[in-house]
Amino acid sequence: MDIDHNTLVGFAKSWGLFYFIGFSVCVVIYAFWPANRKKFDDAKRSILSKDDRPWQ
Amino acid sequence: MVQQLTTGERQNALVILLAVFVVGVAMAAAGGSDPLGVHGVIVLLFGGGLGALVMRSYYEPEPTLDRPSHYYDDPIKAGIALTLAWAIFGMFMGVWTAAQLAWPDLAFDAGWSTFGRLRPTHTTGVIFGFGGNALIATSFHVVQRTSRARLAGQVSPWFVLLGFNLFCILAVTGYFMGVTQSKEYAEAEWYADLWLVVVWVTYFVLFLRTIARRKEPHIYVANWYYMAFIVVVAILHIVNNLALPVSLGQAKSYTIWAGVQDSMVQWWYGHNAVAFFLTAGFLAMLYYYLPVRAQRPIFSYRLSILSFWGITFFYMWAGSHHLHYTALPHWVQNLGMTFSVMLLVPSWASAGNALLTLNGAWQKVRDDATLRFIFVAVVFYGLSTFEGSFLAIRPVNALSHYTDWTVGHVHAGALGWVAFITFGSIYTLVPSLWKRERMFSPVLVEVHFWLAVAGTLIYVFAMWNSGILQGLMWRTYTQEGTLAYSFLDSLVAMYPYYIARAFGGLLFLLGAIVAAYNIWMTVRAVPASIDRRTDVPDTGLAPGAAATPAE
Repeated sequence: MDIDHNTLVGFAKSWGLFYFIGFSVCVVIYAFWPANRKKFDDAKRSILSKDDRPWQ
Repeated sequence: MVQQLTTGERQNALVILLAVFVVGVAMAAAGGSDPLGVHGVIVLLFGGGLGALVMRSYYEPEPTLDRPSHYYDDPIKAGIALTLAWAIFGMFMGVWTAAQLAWPDLAFDAGWSTFGRLRPTHTTGVIFGFGGNALIATSFHVVQRTSRARLAGQVSPWFVLLGFNLFCILAVTGYFMGVTQSKEYAEAEWYADLWLVVVWVTYFVLFLRTIARRKEPHIYVANWYYMAFIVVVAILHIVNNLALPVSLGQAKSYTIWAGVQDSMVQWWYGHNAVAFFLTAGFLAMLYYYLPVRAQRPIFSYRLSILSFWGITFFYMWAGSHHLHYTALPHWVQNLGMTFSVMLLVPSWASAGNALLTLNGAWQKVRDDATLRFIFVAVVFYGLSTFEGSFLAIRPVNALSHYTDWTVGHVHAGALGWVAFITFGSIYTLVPSLWKRERMFSPVLVEVHFWLAVAGTLIYVFAMWNSGILQGLMWRTYTQEGTLAYSFLDSLVAMYPYYIARAFGGLLFLLGAIVAAYNIWMTVRAVPASIDRRTDVPDTGLAPGAAATPAE
């Protein structure tokens, strides 16, 4: 099969768009998934903790 | 420094340094009188000098057994010192080159000091020397604190930090000798590039292994940004620098890319260097040092995730906006333009997130110059990302491209955003790292702040004026259809702005010198805080707390 310039451009312009939309949907779902809320809240607060020591 | 290493680790360090020394000898022998030979001497002196330092402390007592219960801060301290040294060098070269544009006699009729050779010493000095060392030092600090884990290596953090600085030294000394690949922000030649690959892969592995040791269930968002910075810079660096040397004994190489593909690869690299070196890593600083300094959690953690993936994915496609009106296919130019405009969304999401974090704590911003550094950084981040999207639009680019407007835009980002967030982070980090109650002089932090603000504003306004004036003069036609102004006319018109720009840069340099003095005195003269019980062995209890029943 011959892959010429136009084939690549066509592929990039169609499937490139779809994978991009698919990816952004995944990111939005991850960010707003209810079960993740507590994890995110803990993460943003825990860096302010004064307890500044590594675990052993 | 060496005292923190066990005998086995000291031996490993010596083996690595011996290998560096041997490579240096080989380069010097193969290179002869070529610049590669000079670089060989630099490499062997670097390896030999550090080897002597390790050997001098070789028989000193080993670290105590409680070493794992401390964070590994020695490389961070050295990294901050190197950051400040490179800041002063890089900014001085910037002031010098800026002054050369106003007064060309300042090249002093020598080859090594011509504008073309000095300019990359400024860009490499500030981007890689100042910015790179700041990124490495803060990433070591942030990843340990947010993971609550000590760095996953004893020698490798030193290898990363010092190896990176060897790369910077090879790059900068090469420019003085006329060594260059003629690729913007990637001027260093093939042997330095190969060395950087080794250093960077070590950095990547060290960072991943430290995250793998983390105690926290979730990887804090700042680490994602550092990770993106490390991974993408590795990819960019390798692809853009694929080249064949003329011979193993010569510094000169030729890139494997040709024609317009070479241009596209170069600006895919160049713009993503801005994106992932000068943005992602510094956003990581923002997401850690802003909440810590303001003592407020980030406004929206979810928004920080969304803008992370937005920035990571959009930036990759934006590079072609550097090649408007060239042989690059029109649709590729359109792609770069569109993605550049879209980039405004995640960029302003980050800037807005940071400003909303400060919302309700404005009195802290007013009173605390360090927090004000971070605040100004966010404002300039919002400003220059807007300007960047705007300049990427083809008709706007027709006016701005090749003019000083681009230089003004870059410095709004580099001074206003990158340097401000770096100094804000360093002022937050230094007292906690050296366990001091405060900086040596809060007044000097204020002085630095106002010098930096004044310097940035003077610089950026001078370049906006000169750039737009230049662009307009180049496109003005007479009624007969000929150009109204010669290039020399436009050059003469730049003269006052070039003086103003050099003055603005000088103020910024003075600010950096004040910062270096203040930090030096903090380390030297401010007594160690007694109450600051950070970095103590884990007894399972909060510092000073008595045993209480379970929470």
